[in-house]
Amino acid sequence: MASEQILNSPTLSKNDKKKAYFDLVNRNKPKPPLLRNIFWAFVIGGLISVIGQGLLILYSGQGLDEKSAGAATSATLVFAAALLTGLGVYDNIGKFAGAGSIVPITGFANSMVASALEWKREGMVFGVGAKLFAIAGPVLVYGFVTSWLIGLIAFIFKG
Amino acid sequence: MDFLKAFLVGGAICVIGQLLMDLTSYKITPAHILVSFVSAGAVLSGLGLYKPLVDFAGAGATVPLPGFGHALAQGAIEGVEEKGLLGAFAGGVEATAVGVAAAIIFGYLVAVIFNPKGE
Repeated sequence: MASEQILNSPTLSKNDKKKAYFDLVNRNKPKPPLLRNIFWAFVIGGLISVIGQGLLILYSGQGLDEKSAGAATSATLVFAAALLTGLGVYDNIGKFAGAGSIVPITGFANSMVASALEWKREGMVFGVGAKLFAIAGPVLVYGFVTSWLIGLIAFIFKG
Repeated sequence: MDFLKAFLVGGAICVIGQLLMDLTSYKITPAHILVSFVSAGAVLSGLGLYKPLVDFAGAGATVPLPGFGHALAQGAIEGVEEKGLLGAFAGGVEATAVGVAAAIIFGYLVAVIFNPKGE
């Protein structure tokens, strides 16, 4: 029954109308996509990490020490994510992956390229140059300040 | 086994981000998630709580953004051990230099070469 049929029905009491109406609303309201979002965030975030683990093993096998292999892995993932963003692929993954495509280091690279492209028409300095840091800037600011504070605390306790 | 652990931990960290996005105020944007995850990773790392996760899950802990905060914090702590107070300034930047430079360089090149999709 549609809502107007319920409201105009001569056979239903007021309470029955109310109940029928809320049943209708409950049937038709969009299902909260929380579980689906969690599932895809988990799968895509996990897969990106697995690719990272594969790169880490690959670079370690090439004789790089642990830190260098980690740095090379980050650089490779960042390159891939930047390229996929330019090709328009990464944002399509992001539509269903949500945080699964935002939280990994690839999401950091994606945020840079996506905003730089979006504002490209503003020019090479105020468009591309500035907007690369629209989201990356705050991340670097808070990351550097937090780690500096931690270094400072380490220095005080060492002294 | 390394891959399974990386998948489970990397996926779980992303799920935390998804829950923050879906269950909190609409004012919490992806930028807020990235900023807080990097800072949280650095703080956990400073408290010695993130390293065990990295030892367990490898890339599952280093690829998500808290791993970036962990690299920053460990760099700052190691910098202090080697160079004193100057190390607190240099250590974090040095430890993450390759990743940050790669993001700027590749990000810039892609933004110059490609044009926005779906105008």
